[in-house]
Amino acid sequence: MSAATLAIPRGRVAPPTFWARLRREVRRYPIGFLGLAIVLVVVLLALTADWITPYDPAWQIDERLTPPNADYVLGLDEFGRDVYSRVIYGARVSLYAGVVSVVLIALPVGTVLGVLAGYFRGWVDTILSRIVDVMFAFPSIILAIAIVGIFGASLTNAMIAIGIVYAPTFARIARGSTLSVANLDYITASRTIGAKHARIIWRHVLPNIAAPLIVQTTLALSTAILFEAALSFLGLGTQPPTPSWGTMLGTGRRYMELAPWTAIYPGLAIMITVLGFNLAGDGLRDALDPRLREG
Amino acid sequence: MAKYFAKRLLLAVPTLFGVTLLVFTMVRLIPGDIVDMLVPADIYVGPEYRAQMRAMYGLDQPIYVQYVRWISQVAQGNLGSSLRNNEPIAKTLITRLPLTMELAFFSVVLSALVAIPLGIVSAVKRNSVVDFVARVLAMFGLSVPSFWLASMLLLVTSVVLHWQPDLRLVPLWQDPLTNLSQLAMPIVALSLALMAIVMRMTRSAMLEVLRQDYMQTARAKGLLPRVIMVRHALRNAFIPVLTVLGIQIGGLLGGTVVIEQIFGLPGVGRTLLEGVTARDYPVIQGTVLFIAVVFVVVNLVVDLLYAAVDPRIKYG
Repeated sequence: MSAATLAIPRGRVAPPTFWARLRREVRRYPIGFLGLAIVLVVVLLALTADWITPYDPAWQIDERLTPPNADYVLGLDEFGRDVYSRVIYGARVSLYAGVVSVVLIALPVGTVLGVLAGYFRGWVDTILSRIVDVMFAFPSIILAIAIVGIFGASLTNAMIAIGIVYAPTFARIARGSTLSVANLDYITASRTIGAKHARIIWRHVLPNIAAPLIVQTTLALSTAILFEAALSFLGLGTQPPTPSWGTMLGTGRRYMELAPWTAIYPGLAIMITVLGFNLAGDGLRDALDPRLREG
Repeated sequence: MAKYFAKRLLLAVPTLFGVTLLVFTMVRLIPGDIVDMLVPADIYVGPEYRAQMRAMYGLDQPIYVQYVRWISQVAQGNLGSSLRNNEPIAKTLITRLPLTMELAFFSVVLSALVAIPLGIVSAVKRNSVVDFVARVLAMFGLSVPSFWLASMLLLVTSVVLHWQPDLRLVPLWQDPLTNLSQLAMPIVALSLALMAIVMRMTRSAMLEVLRQDYMQTARAKGLLPRVIMVRHALRNAFIPVLTVLGIQIGGLLGGTVVIEQIFGLPGVGRTLLEGVTARDYPVIQGTVLFIAVVFVVVNLVVDLLYAAVDPRIKYG
């Protein structure tokens, strides 16, 4: 018997291919993947809006409130703009607002504060935890409205407000997770061999607290999109003529009895997108933390 | 018990202090101050007049003196006056609070009535058609924007059913039935998301309880399924559900802002929006503080209530 046959026994199963693994995961978490598919479609629509919309979202046609027909599949709004084109472009604003407020503001700010509090404890923890408690003492939409109310209504201020409102949630999760890993043996070992705090946090703490933060990011994206829509609906977020689902719904509502399509489709778009993020978040939570699995 | 209550009350003090500090600071972050608001830069009044006005509002004092002055006024129930109509803000809020509380209260009741039984059935009949439908509905409930649902309700009732509630709101104590029929749509719109949250919570809490050893013991003892369900399962599953409901009562205070605006209801949330639209900073400041204090108090009461319900909490 040659050495080669010893090293590779007969009948050895080849490692599953990427597609085989994907199929298996899809079968395990069908709902989560459905959510992911919805999100991907919305992202794709937002990215390809320039090519898949027949009209410029701001272009005013010489008709008003025309019902859906072959030329304007979702009808025209009160200024004669194509509702379909505006709904597709609206995806850009919603996703942009969600990503900026959650991924670029709330997640990093909250994680840094939470990890510092959980890792160093003592007075740092006391001060940061009190700040978080105070932030939680406001119903989130009230705080967001107040911030936008004070600094002025605009998409940028709405995103900052949503980011500020969500940061405490991330801080609390990051703090709790950090507390639970900070005393584990491998952290103590790193400290013993003289690793610096920054290195321990970057190399050992962050990778081990990432799972709950990722799940929260997905779920927060869904609520952030709802928040942006709510603020824009109230006239405090995206300002006209930028096509935002919330703004479209807010103005379309006034013509609802005459032209229900101006209010129905932006609302449906919000619902489907939020549903996608919610389903994906639920699936991700099941996959990353089987203990929380509902079904 | 008394010790837990006292501890919980004391813990609320620094939070409330922080809330006042945040609200106070927030308004001072605006470029310019109240004098610039009242007398815009394009109106020439002379620096002496501006200085005089600043002194009148105490703005020439150091910031901590301003805070102490403001907080002592707040403690006496004085939230200042509106820049628009000079009306005392506290009076406006107190008059408008009952409507907001009524909306929040009935939304919680409606959510609990629908979602708790649905969550229980969903857990007990796990993986059945009922369970599947309930879970799908809950997912939709979480994803539907309340303001869109409200708009659709208005559309359906006015265009399809040709029904419109009387615009003049009848107070609850005058004619409860008319009042509730007027508020039915806002309450439904407000409670849908809460229903979804409560249903999901009830379902997972029930599933958790049903897995426990004491459930098996109860079955082994030969207890009737109904007794097991009521005495062992429901009682234990209710604690997290109550927690969620409690937290949400406060959260609904926020949700009412949009709903009040859509249905034109004169509640606390609408006051905030009116303040924001008119850039009436004392109104924004007063209303945000008021809502935060109500929120903290509601959460405190809920905390104390379930300490009374669940003896484990106060030892935790």
